[in-house]
Amino acid sequence: MREKITLNVNGQQHVVEVDPETPLLFVLNDDLGLRGPRFGCGMAQCGACTVIMRGQVVRSCVMPVRAVGQDEVTTLEGLGTPEQPHPIQQAFIEEGAAQCGFCLSGVILTAKAVLDVKPNASDQEIRDALGGVLCRCFTHIRMLRAIRKYAEARRT
Amino acid sequence: MIESRRDFLKSCGALIITFSSAPVSLLSAQSPGPFGTHPSHIDPEKLDSWLAVGDDGLVTAYTGKCDFGQGILTAQSQLVAEELCVRIARVKLIQCDTSICPDQGTTSGSQSTPTNFNSENLALAAATAREALLSLAAKKLGEPVENLTVADGVITGTTGRHVRYEDLIGNKHFNLPLNGTAKRRSAADWTVLGKPIPSLDRTALMTGQFEFVHNVRVPGMLHGRVVRPPEMGATVVRVDEQSVRNIPGLVKVVVRKDFVGVVAETQYQATLAARQLAVKWHPGPELPPQKDFFDHLQKQPAHDALSVDSQDVDARLADATSIIRARYTYPYQMHGSVGASCAVADVKPASATVWSATQSAYPTRSIVGKLLNMPLDKVRVIYVRGSGCYGLNGADAVSFDAAILSQAAGKPVRLQFSRPDEMMWENLGSACTVQLRAGLARDGRIIAWDREDWVASMGNRPGYDQPGNVITGMLLGYEPELPEPRSAKPPAGKFRNQSNTVPSYFAGCIAGSCGGDGTIRSERALTHTVRSPFFTGPLRSPLRIQNTFANECFMDELCARANADPVAFRLMHLQNSRVIGVLKAVAQAANWQARSSPKAGVSRAGTVSGRGIACVAYEGNNGYAALVAEVDVDLETGTVQPKRFVVALDCGPISNPDGLRNQIEGGILQGMSRGLVEEVTWDSRRVTSVDWETYNSLYLDYETPTVETVFVTPADVPATGAGETAITVTPAAIGNAIFDATGARLRELPFTPQRVKATLVKSAQGGESV
Repeated sequence: MREKITLNVNGQQHVVEVDPETPLLFVLNDDLGLRGPRFGCGMAQCGACTVIMRGQVVRSCVMPVRAVGQDEVTTLEGLGTPEQPHPIQQAFIEEGAAQCGFCLSGVILTAKAVLDVKPNASDQEIRDALGGVLCRCFTHIRMLRAIRKYAEARRT
Repeated sequence: MIESRRDFLKSCGALIITFSSAPVSLLSAQSPGPFGTHPSHIDPEKLDSWLAVGDDGLVTAYTGKCDFGQGILTAQSQLVAEELCVRIARVKLIQCDTSICPDQGTTSGSQSTPTNFNSENLALAAATAREALLSLAAKKLGEPVENLTVADGVITGTTGRHVRYEDLIGNKHFNLPLNGTAKRRSAADWTVLGKPIPSLDRTALMTGQFEFVHNVRVPGMLHGRVVRPPEMGATVVRVDEQSVRNIPGLVKVVVRKDFVGVVAETQYQATLAARQLAVKWHPGPELPPQKDFFDHLQKQPAHDALSVDSQDVDARLADATSIIRARYTYPYQMHGSVGASCAVADVKPASATVWSATQSAYPTRSIVGKLLNMPLDKVRVIYVRGSGCYGLNGADAVSFDAAILSQAAGKPVRLQFSRPDEMMWENLGSACTVQLRAGLARDGRIIAWDREDWVASMGNRPGYDQPGNVITGMLLGYEPELPEPRSAKPPAGKFRNQSNTVPSYFAGCIAGSCGGDGTIRSERALTHTVRSPFFTGPLRSPLRIQNTFANECFMDELCARANADPVAFRLMHLQNSRVIGVLKAVAQAANWQARSSPKAGVSRAGTVSGRGIACVAYEGNNGYAALVAEVDVDLETGTVQPKRFVVALDCGPISNPDGLRNQIEGGILQGMSRGLVEEVTWDSRRVTSVDWETYNSLYLDYETPTVETVFVTPADVPATGAGETAITVTPAAIGNAIFDATGARLRELPFTPQRVKATLVKSAQGGESV
């Protein structure tokens, strides 16, 4: 049942030997040791497992690893590092836009993806994009403020 | 003999990084337990249990209170830095590891700040250490303590000679008891405390580096899943292990009474096996229908308790010019952590280590010891943050389950709950109904107030010895804590309002001694605790939010009947200066216009807006909040959209205003979600709200109202809790704002469009509402 699968994750190539039906999330967490995408529901309902592929947000908890192919996968840790955070991460750091922080992959990556496609997205459009992202600490105010800050900085 | 703390730390602390498993017997001898809880080997009377200074000048502090997103890692690191006069970067705070941290019970009940900040425990340890270091320095420098100054761990005398902390005590034990008279630094001198220091975890969080319990990996670790019963009370008839024989990597099917789980080499294999395992279950009893649940609740045998009873309520109500009656209902709600719970356990033949997101490291150690039949001192629980819990989510149960699976498999096991494992079996926030009756006198004041509530209860935190309080224990055959039916005894002792059963307007008199916050002396508050068909447990503001919803909305009904301004009418019946303080502060900040509700000339079509207010003395004396909500109500659809919240909070001295604002904003929005959409559902056999399609929560696309926060900080008061105060008043303030906008009184939570619409229709027909 196991197969060798090559994955491009955060700019690096990895070869894993797994059941090709394994959800991408498990491979990212267990085989690659990544912490950014997290298991929230396993049903694509909350966004905690979000990664970016081909500029689109993907719920890695329901995507079989065989379906990834050669596409580059970007996780939250693939955006920037603690020393050099990505500007959207920097905006979240400046705004202190987290409580427990479990949901952050969904929030940050979804916002980044929408602004990459549509740099002038309105608040409403940004919120619409976040429609499937759940933060149960309800840090909405700071998160939206951080996203707005990033969006504005990105435009100038 | 001076033992090197560093060596001690090496022997234990290094475990956190390597996950190796040092023998727990290395730990120091047992000593009497702290905080009136249970025996612990870490003596909280000893300074060395709380604090160590390394020879590099770094301060390591140990606390039994843990940060699960509420910000106390930062706030309590500030506390240590402040009292010890060092930069915060020099402080490392270790939380809730039973082999090295003091037993501080459970991190709950808005008690972390009162417990560690005020006059005892961590604060006292840091103050004791500073004074001890000053005495040592005085000897070394040959100058009296009064002549010495401290800055960032360097003590300087008048001559300019100086000595560093690490030169005085580096890597050595203080060997001192906590000094009850050690002086705290004055708030006026604070340089670290009281400042909006950025939360210490944020960079790691935002860049995906933060280690949650879900990320803990141990060499040789296997993966587990549990197979829960399909319905409440179902029991195992037969488990067919053959049904999963074809799953590669399957290591073990674990069955212990009604507990069923699987262990496999990978997560995916474990999920497949859990899905495929054929289990025949004996059905559980039928559940009471949800439709009439509150009527059912009121008919059950109950454990009755009177918080207060002046015994003259009926007589006084006979004199009232107007009597108002109402019943409020509050549904079961969920913690609904965004991450399904997870734990890692490494159970060896003679010792066990559990990496757990529990709020109760020591109690969890006790329960794990009990379930594994292992002596307490052989079990170590290491706290690692999980998804925000808001109370008793699945973190305790998953820790017990992981330990059982690991013991059975003989290998370390990581257990990840599925979403339905989490939501179908968590200890829900209690459903509750409150029946109220009050009268107005000729002068417009409240003459008497009577209230009874019915609370559904089964289980609770497991504590140190009640595994049956959560699902794991029940599956293993332990009984949950249940209300024992009995009639109420007359109230006795000191007036307490732990669950905010008693409205703030009661005088709270017991045997002539009055401890309430208000002026109403004809008063009765009776609580009936009834057996719940589902597990219940503390959910952020447990019972306080339910009771406050009823009390504060009913107060608003009385205001309306008296044709009075809701702020002025409240003030007329209050005497607690701190409740009065927040009420006045919020009215000013919100630019509150004095008038009665509902708003004059309420429209019958389109969208209308209104404002509502609510206040609370959380748990009677653990934080004070008043909240103004401004909402829009769409009269066609019944949709309620909060636009603006203004909150005034008094929690005494503030450790970190930025962290506090974050808590308040989150609390209010969480309260809004609970007020507008959250409700557990069930059918005749099982909870049916088991994921995010069946349990409603507001998502990030929700139009976020503004939240303005005002702090009221009286001089010379101790710190109180703060994280549960604002949420407590949120549903009530929204309900009162809906009334102000529409004239319709919502007495059932949540305020779904259907419910609002139905109430609007009833109100327009001249129904019961106004």
